[in-house]
Amino acid sequence: MIDPASGIDRVGQLYLADDKIVSIDTRPEGFQNCRTIDASGLVIAPGLVDLSARLREPGLEYMATLESEQEAAVAGGVTSLACPPDTDPPLDEPGLVEMLKHRARNLDRARVFPVGALTQGLKGERLTEMAELHDAGCVAFSQADAPFANLYVLMRAMQYAATFGFAVWLHPQDVHLANLGVAHEGEIATRLGLPAIPVCAETIALSNILSLMKETGARVHLCRISSAEGVALVRAAKQQGLALSCDVAVHHVHLTDMDIGFFDANCHLMPPLRSLADRDALRAGLLDGTIDAICSDHAPVDEDAKLVPFAQSASGATGLELLLPLVLKWAQESRLPLADALARVTLQPARVLGVDVGRLAPGAVADLCIFDPDDYWTVSPLRLKSQGKNTPFLGMELCGRVKFTLVGGQIVYDSGHAGLPR
Amino acid sequence: MSAHPQLNKNGELQHLLTTEGLPASILQHILDTAESFTGVTEREVKKIPLLRGKSVFNLFFEPSTRTRTTFEIAAKRLSADVINLNMAVSSQTKGETLLDTVDNLSAMHADMFVVRHSLSGAAHLIAKHVRPEIHVINAGDGWHAHPTQALLDVFTIRRYKQDFRALRVAIIGDILHSRVARSQIHALTTLGVPEIRVIAPKTLLPARVERLGVHVYPDMAAGLKDVDVLMMLRLQRERMQSAHLPSSEEYFKYYGLTPEKLALAKPDAIVMHPGPMNRGVEIDSDVADGTQSVILPQVNFGIAVRMAVMSILAGN
Repeated sequence: MIDPASGIDRVGQLYLADDKIVSIDTRPEGFQNCRTIDASGLVIAPGLVDLSARLREPGLEYMATLESEQEAAVAGGVTSLACPPDTDPPLDEPGLVEMLKHRARNLDRARVFPVGALTQGLKGERLTEMAELHDAGCVAFSQADAPFANLYVLMRAMQYAATFGFAVWLHPQDVHLANLGVAHEGEIATRLGLPAIPVCAETIALSNILSLMKETGARVHLCRISSAEGVALVRAAKQQGLALSCDVAVHHVHLTDMDIGFFDANCHLMPPLRSLADRDALRAGLLDGTIDAICSDHAPVDEDAKLVPFAQSASGATGLELLLPLVLKWAQESRLPLADALARVTLQPARVLGVDVGRLAPGAVADLCIFDPDDYWTVSPLRLKSQGKNTPFLGMELCGRVKFTLVGGQIVYDSGHAGLPR
Repeated sequence: MSAHPQLNKNGELQHLLTTEGLPASILQHILDTAESFTGVTEREVKKIPLLRGKSVFNLFFEPSTRTRTTFEIAAKRLSADVINLNMAVSSQTKGETLLDTVDNLSAMHADMFVVRHSLSGAAHLIAKHVRPEIHVINAGDGWHAHPTQALLDVFTIRRYKQDFRALRVAIIGDILHSRVARSQIHALTTLGVPEIRVIAPKTLLPARVERLGVHVYPDMAAGLKDVDVLMMLRLQRERMQSAHLPSSEEYFKYYGLTPEKLALAKPDAIVMHPGPMNRGVEIDSDVADGTQSVILPQVNFGIAVRMAVMSILAGN
């Protein structure tokens, strides 16, 4: 058992009843065993909490469906996930959010936490009915990767969200500086002749956000930071005491622009993969707490969308089923205790979400990820349940495989019986 | 980054996609083979049977006159069957994907694709996709590479200058958007040119360009001093709309090649241009038509160089 919250890292027994953990090690009085899971040799951890998983519903079912991506989530040990509002239509009306929650509830897999659109249609012009959206189930508000018409709209959106204490999730990238870029501005983009996105597209957007936080008092979560300079700005802002949290996509913890190789469209990600120095700074930011969480940045796309020249390809990679092994790989490379590494995908993203999940303790919800940390497997389209087979890690051997996933005490994934009845 | 994108297991040319990473021996082999073909273009009967029975598909997703025509002439002189496809007005506009188009043409027993596309990496994508017996020649992809242009440029330099290892070469103009410049830089560095300069305003230089092995000169006068070879680049009109430059007039004043600026280079320096030229924008007519210009010979050598590439790919 590993619980980052309490620091538990030992062999033991977990007793579950209804949807909760009722006891650790001591059998509660009158406890009746209905089912025992023998997890010897395996790790029991809190279920993973993913801050950025696109489920592509509503509207983008040709890329993926709620069914396929929910199966992918639990196969990856993810029991709670936040989905950004960049669907079609965007999550800008309570009805859409209620429908998504309802569909997710019926599937009975991972817990889905919708992030509502900050502006109507994500057009960056008019505010959404945030309070109504919150009542419908939105946990935060975001503009996804869409631009604001101008900084005035962003300031008002932050002010309005701050009125109700809602968190604003922002991906810091200036749309004009990014222009039509598809790769990090550096030697690789220069060699490949790819339109480039300079680091200042991130740092300038970030500086604006930080200034507006001071102006409006809004709580901000920064999504998918990518650069060393960006990490430095966040570090300084946190030292000043700003109410700021921050995540990084798991791809950026491992890869750099070098991995694009000869135009591998699976490495077309947004923000772009940056330099080795940037990747190292992201890792340092994770270690010193500047970056709170690692997200999968799950973005399944249809196969044809990657079989075109790099700049024309859809950005994004499937990630739900790779999050755990890639975090384990990072932990091993950084010689980080498992509990510390898992904190970045359990406890800490749960805090960002403001939801009481991601810990093993009596009274906590029984969302569990039970995995074999020593099981090697090769990433291949057939092994992935996600409808998106697009990942830079195709063909790579990774270590760590989920055996059981429990949500609210129910087994929702069992690798021995893949495809459990709903 | 597993298999080499353009060499086969024996280190021979399988596709020609870029000059980057090509060994000097292969570059020299192409140049030597081209040399042997220059005679053919002057003969009464201009055909040799090296590609008889082979089908060469010119797949041009972007308009081009000179490159497409010289590829066509080169293939015909090698006795190949040439099929020209102007993809800008073809099935692509009807929604067919690039690779579907390639599959359909492969089914028509294509032996070679000559590909021009507006996006970087298009030729790599096709090369990765086709059956192993099909060869792909990149006739220009986005801002990335235009290897046959660079090869005809170094062929031209070799004709007029003896030793690559004693040359100072300047490439002048829109480096940022130029596949020609990138391919020239890689070919020249591989062939041992000790000093390559790029001359351009900062808005037309890609990030970290010095990592390609060039020296950057924002000032044209300084950059041209004692240069042996001047390689001009075409300036697209769009650069004035996209905030890269204020006007073609100011560009010409500071970066256009005039007889006065040419005088700063070595007296026997040669002037090259890949075409099509914008007279009065990047080059003055007196220079373009002057005694130091080798722009028209470049076009002619283009045929021999493309014949060489095609015959080597076909296994001759």
